Amino acid sequence: MKQLRALGLLLFLAAISIFSVSLFLPSFSLDEAKYKEALLTGNEQSDARYMAFSEGVLSATEGKCFSNAFAFSAAVREAFETKNNELKAAEKWDEVVWDKPHEFAASLALTASKGPINDHTGWFLFLTFGMGIIGGTIYVLANRAMQGTDGIKNDHIFHHAATNRGWIGWLVFAWLVAFYIVLYFFPDYVVGWSMITDPVSYFLKGSAGGRWFLYGLLYCSVMTVMAIRMFVKYRGNKYQILRTSSVLFFQICFAFLIPEIMVRFGYPGVDMKEIWPLDYDFFFDWNLSAKLRAGSLGIFLLVWGLILIVVGVPVMVYFFGKRWYCSWVCGCGGLAETLGDPYRQLSDKSVKAWKIERYLIHAVLVFAVFMTGLTLYTFFSGESEVFSMNTYDIQDTYKFMIGSVFAGVIGTGFYPAMGNRVWCRFGCPLAAYLGLVQRFKSRFRITTNGGQCISCGNCSTYCEMGIDVRWYAQRGQNIVRSSCVGCGICSAVCPRGVLKLENGPEEGRINDNPILIGHEGIQLSQDVTSNKA
Amino acid sequence: MRTIAIIGNGISGVTAARNIRKKSSDRIVIISVETPHFFSRTALMYIYMGHMKYEHTKPYEDHFWKKNNLELIHDRVETVDFDNKKLLLKNTPELKYDSLVLATGSSPNKFGWPGQDLPGVQGLYSFQDLEKLEENTHGPLVAESKRTVETAVIVGGGLIGVELAEMLLTRHVKVIFLVREDRFWGNVLPKEEGELVARHMVEHHVDLRLNTEMDRIEADENGRACAVITKEGERIPCQLVGLTAGVSPNIKFLKESQLDTQRGIMVNEFLETNIPDVYAIGDCAQFHQAPAGRRPIEQVWYTGRMMGETVARTLTGNRTQYQPGHWFNSAKFFDIEYQTYGVVPARMNDHMADFYWEDPTGKKCIKIVFNKDTHEFIGINTFGIRMRHERFDAWLNQNSTVEHVIEHLKDANFDPEFYASQEEAIVQKFNSELGTSITPKRKSWKRIFGKIAL
Repeated sequence: MKQLRALGLLLFLAAISIFSVSLFLPSFSLDEAKYKEALLTGNEQSDARYMAFSEGVLSATEGKCFSNAFAFSAAVREAFETKNNELKAAEKWDEVVWDKPHEFAASLALTASKGPINDHTGWFLFLTFGMGIIGGTIYVLANRAMQGTDGIKNDHIFHHAATNRGWIGWLVFAWLVAFYIVLYFFPDYVVGWSMITDPVSYFLKGSAGGRWFLYGLLYCSVMTVMAIRMFVKYRGNKYQILRTSSVLFFQICFAFLIPEIMVRFGYPGVDMKEIWPLDYDFFFDWNLSAKLRAGSLGIFLLVWGLILIVVGVPVMVYFFGKRWYCSWVCGCGGLAETLGDPYRQLSDKSVKAWKIERYLIHAVLVFAVFMTGLTLYTFFSGESEVFSMNTYDIQDTYKFMIGSVFAGVIGTGFYPAMGNRVWCRFGCPLAAYLGLVQRFKSRFRITTNGGQCISCGNCSTYCEMGIDVRWYAQRGQNIVRSSCVGCGICSAVCPRGVLKLENGPEEGRINDNPILIGHEGIQLSQDVTSNKA
Repeated sequence: MRTIAIIGNGISGVTAARNIRKKSSDRIVIISVETPHFFSRTALMYIYMGHMKYEHTKPYEDHFWKKNNLELIHDRVETVDFDNKKLLLKNTPELKYDSLVLATGSSPNKFGWPGQDLPGVQGLYSFQDLEKLEENTHGPLVAESKRTVETAVIVGGGLIGVELAEMLLTRHVKVIFLVREDRFWGNVLPKEEGELVARHMVEHHVDLRLNTEMDRIEADENGRACAVITKEGERIPCQLVGLTAGVSPNIKFLKESQLDTQRGIMVNEFLETNIPDVYAIGDCAQFHQAPAGRRPIEQVWYTGRMMGETVARTLTGNRTQYQPGHWFNSAKFFDIEYQTYGVVPARMNDHMADFYWEDPTGKKCIKIVFNKDTHEFIGINTFGIRMRHERFDAWLNQNSTVEHVIEHLKDANFDPEFYASQEEAIVQKFNSELGTSITPKRKSWKRIFGKIAL
């Protein structure tokens, strides 16, 4: 069994290595035919604009073979920017191409690429995704066989370099951060990766997928393997099994398959479980226009999205707490609860962190609402400037700062450093909205079981949201916190059966002067000294 | 302003300090030689197993103490000068006090076995014991060739013993567990429950030897423990001996004083010792007259906490008697959680009848004890099923009948959501054994959280 587990790990590491290296495998050469294939869409106006760039770009690249994406991209971008600058200098605004340089280079890179991945795409798909999934699954299942009886085994979590900010943790941190930076900001560098997943993309939607398809497929694959790990680790705990199945289902079907298939049939590909303001571009004009153009389905999607915001969130949170979304449905939550589970103990439990969390997450919510307000004003009035603030600049700032850097690079990249819910805890505006409802109008709470707490600290340690659960449990108080995503792990790891997530009557849910029962002599535990004030 | 000195920063001493602070602005000084800050002793095992670090076991952040003006001294109290009301400390200037609370805890029992003080022999109670255990065993996750302890013998079948066994198994140490009685934790658990736990330990590859007593410990040529010899004369080679046959009050440094002590520090029902302004709470206190149905020394987290609350009241002008409510306790044996409410003795008294149910896996069970004649509910043991403390406390207060408890058992279930329900099977067995025809009532939020009298 030990050998089998080692084999699984080996296969997985090989797959990750091949995947990482494949970024450097394609070489690039561009000619006019490829240029046209990549950029011309049949729209006369835009085709003419792109063709004006062909001379410069082709003279910089034609006849050369670039051995890697970086050199190719650099050449293309230089030619692109030179031409654009000329046009701008001449104030020929209609002829300027407003693509970001890296995006322009990315459009060309795919058709210009050649090399082993183009020739053996199927093999590469197998050696990266296939072998990674197989290796990961073998590792997880072999671990199960070695663990024996049911029950959560958190042994050595704080001894191991992977889960205790050791060298493995920092290595994973570096890889993830680099991955997200390249994925979000350098689309021209990742063509090697998106080529690998193209066969799947053609199969699903009949066209090349690009980096977002790659990311979607990777996301689903990672979640699947890590969900199997969850099933193994928490096998005695039905709440965990159901919850994990649910996030996996919503990710694969709602976030991945349904949108891709919608695209195949010519509809906008929409993730119907995404809710504004997490889905920050829900009200962006291109998004609204696309939906309005898509006929009755588009209208349905628009109305559906609005219903989720206005009715879905408050009603569902009232009955079940924000967990119905954050740890049962959400994609970010889904990744955090599967890939991120090994890192949950790294969240900061201090009062200071809680303070920062409250400022930060509500600031992001305010930012999102503000940006959306401007967006809607622009949409209906046609004015793109309000008080000398440009709506599109603010959208770009949000997209960059919050949508990419915070949610992606920090949100996931920082798992091995700061725990698996960095984004959900400090940044997600939807979590802030759900949390406000949960704090003030909900039936959900974590009940503390009388006087049974022994202050051991397992609950706080394994709370991914950094809630000091023990603080409440040891004074016999229910846990009612806006940030609680209801993952249920505090209850699962409690050795004395002290914590239970439940949806009960609102009355008495918040008990600020709790009674620690079992002590006749003292009826009230007058806990006035406060750590949290 | 008075100075209140508290010796011991465990749950008893710290609870006392916190509760005094709520009511008064007296100077409060907590002295401990164990650790600079309060930590949860019950979590020592999790540090060893790598579930947590020491930092995680501290219930209050380090800034808490200063914020609440609680002075901490990390030092050993060498002597208490009761006549002049001052403490003589090892490295710190003497401390004058007006009131003194002794909350010195316990230390592991040693019953005079030959070899009990050899290197490689230890108990598990304090933070220092944990450090010693780290010294006495190889590190976590080391290669097989670097393991120094192949076999450990644990002596004494109680809670700490099973915890130590679980800890050592995570370091791939073979555990041989000697229990003097015919079942595990025989002075507390009835037969069925003792057997359930024993089965589970064996499932975890613990070599459990019941009815086996240690005679002595042998040393190797370096003077380290190398084998345990049983009363039957069997020699068990080992590299570590864990002494877990209970704990005794940690009062050695007080023995020569005028303080009245027996096994523990003698106190009355107000936790007052024979010396004015000196109190004793927690593990180290021994009652002249134990509260009804309780033992004179109770070394439990919860009772320590309650005594801390009580003495704090007395010290803030409201002389209060120690009155624990209905007995409750909990523990975890490897994967199986245990809770108890009310009284379930290891052997039933004459006026008691009991009902036992076990699920087919043999990993969940409940035992309910009730009055043979009146059917009044007396207590419950539950293994593998979580139950609501508040429900049972209410039923005990209301002198509910066992039938009432069985009928409303769903109200008491505290398992996580979606767990399979056991109540139907329990009620069915109860009906068939007692000839009743109870149908379990559906769980009711009104009964659970409401103020309705039941």
